[in-house]
Amino acid sequence: MNTINGNVNPAEHEVQHLIEILGIGKDYQDGETNVQAIKQMDFYIDDGEFVAIMGQSGSGKSTLLSILGGLNHPSRGQVLLDSLDIYKLSSEQRADLRSEYIGVIFQSFQLIPYLTVLENVKLPMAITGRKSKKQDKMARDVLARVGLANKADRLPDQLSGGEQERVAIARAIVNKPPILLADEPTGSLDSNTAKEILNLLKELNEEGQTIIMVTHNPDACKDTTRTIHVKDGSCYAH
Amino acid sequence: MKLHNISFNNLNRRKGKMIFLVLGLFIGIATIVTLLSITESMSRDIEDRLDQFGANIVMVPKSENLSLSYGGVSMGGVNYKTVEFDEVRIPDIRTIEYSKNLGLVAPKVLGAASVKGKDVLLMGVDFESELALKNWWQFEGTPPAQPNELLIGSQTASTFKLGVGDSLVLGDKEFVVTSILKPTGATEDGIIIGDLHAFQKVLGKEGKVSMVEIAAFCRDCPITELVLQIAEKFPDAKVTALRQAVMSKMQSIEMFKSFSYGIAVLVIFIGSLLVFVTMMGSVNERTREIGIFRAIGFRRGHVMQIILLEAMVVGLIGGILGYLGGNTIAFTAMPFVIKDGAFAGFNYSMGGMAVLLSIALSLIASLYPAQKASKLDPSEALRAL
Repeated sequence: MNTINGNVNPAEHEVQHLIEILGIGKDYQDGETNVQAIKQMDFYIDDGEFVAIMGQSGSGKSTLLSILGGLNHPSRGQVLLDSLDIYKLSSEQRADLRSEYIGVIFQSFQLIPYLTVLENVKLPMAITGRKSKKQDKMARDVLARVGLANKADRLPDQLSGGEQERVAIARAIVNKPPILLADEPTGSLDSNTAKEILNLLKELNEEGQTIIMVTHNPDACKDTTRTIHVKDGSCYAH
Repeated sequence: MKLHNISFNNLNRRKGKMIFLVLGLFIGIATIVTLLSITESMSRDIEDRLDQFGANIVMVPKSENLSLSYGGVSMGGVNYKTVEFDEVRIPDIRTIEYSKNLGLVAPKVLGAASVKGKDVLLMGVDFESELALKNWWQFEGTPPAQPNELLIGSQTASTFKLGVGDSLVLGDKEFVVTSILKPTGATEDGIIIGDLHAFQKVLGKEGKVSMVEIAAFCRDCPITELVLQIAEKFPDAKVTALRQAVMSKMQSIEMFKSFSYGIAVLVIFIGSLLVFVTMMGSVNERTREIGIFRAIGFRRGHVMQIILLEAMVVGLIGGILGYLGGNTIAFTAMPFVIKDGAFAGFNYSMGGMAVLLSIALSLIASLYPAQKASKLDPSEALRAL
């Protein structure tokens, strides 16, 4: 394996990173054959970074993101979040961790069709015990932040693709999670809208938000602080 | 935003699905309520009719002798030693514990007299209670109102060639026939009926009563209990309940009830299956959505809460509508089931049971789908991620 910028080496390990990926791998059983979606990966992500994970489809980048998000148990290795091995937690504890630490922007938005824009944004707060007035204020603030203050009462299918993506971003950041994971956030958008969304992510990063973005679009990496290339289940520096 | 908002919004904005679920429960609950309502109205109707149908308890003095008649054919064996009650004791009947279930009490004095050289049975009655008790009697003329007026059986009328307005001497007293009883096919056809006190004098049985017929309302009480209570007050009496008629009619109602329960269970089963299949389909359809919930930090319990709350709301609506629908059907169908039958009315405890049953069924049918949903692996559910 190549030694790359971002990979963990023993000297750097003393530094406290926000996320540390230590020798993770993921195997799938496809019939009788064993498929290695991720062979071995080691890298870290620091607080305040905007990291792009680039790679062709099938390269294992989405699997990597789901492992980072605490959604997919790796076959081996560790994912440390603030030095906490998240896969040593029970699945319910990981759910709590996701609620508190991780915001996710899904591929193709994944908004709940029967909830309004405002309700979609409030969704992560439904389990936080926040008062509804406070929820309302937080959701409206974040909608204003993404430029959708006037469309709070629309249903998702009444919005354009770019607007739906903004709602997805608003939903991911409403709980103010330290980490924002974005899976192909520009994948289904035209180039102008994609640019707007990337600008929005960049602004959020400049405000201090740590962002890890999976993409196969090289243009999307222009504004990131670092790019990790994934190929055939392994990762390389840019 | 709370978890229940998600459930309510889902139900509200996916009305088609909700209507389908509610319909499943509605059919089940409405069928049960209809069948139970009709059965209840039927048994009430029969009880009312039986209550109207005169005496269902007969009290006679205890006698050592066995009856020598069967089916109206007497084989002689005249009982010379007749025993009677004192008339003053009759009001004691109304002092029993279940006195509120007592309707009419009709005392009678019986005895033979000779008319124009032939023996005939005289029956002295209190006309007010007797006529109310025998409300199927039909007359020619007007029923007696004075102590010297008589009602005679059709056979007696033809035997003695008597008509309305004719007079008849019984003992040393003259009576007037004011009405003739149309043939009943029973003992009354061959007797002469007159005022209780007047006939006591004619028969020389002043202050005596030969038997008492009692009409009891038996909707809420076991008739055997009433019989026992009366027998306790009158140790010298033989108190008998005319149960045969009641029993056979109640038996057919019971059979209909069992049949109704059978149908109800079947319909409930089909209704629950419908809810189960729809809920299962809904969970499969919502796999992605559940994946999103899990990915943004919802616990398994949260996902189950959302689905079970939906099931509860569907159960509540299905139960209320089913209860109202069932009663409406029962109300509409009642005239076709029982001629002149009246709808028994809303039974609120049945309503409560129907709603609870509906909620329980909906929850039970949704438990497995909800559990399946909560166990979905979020990464599998989302696939894209």
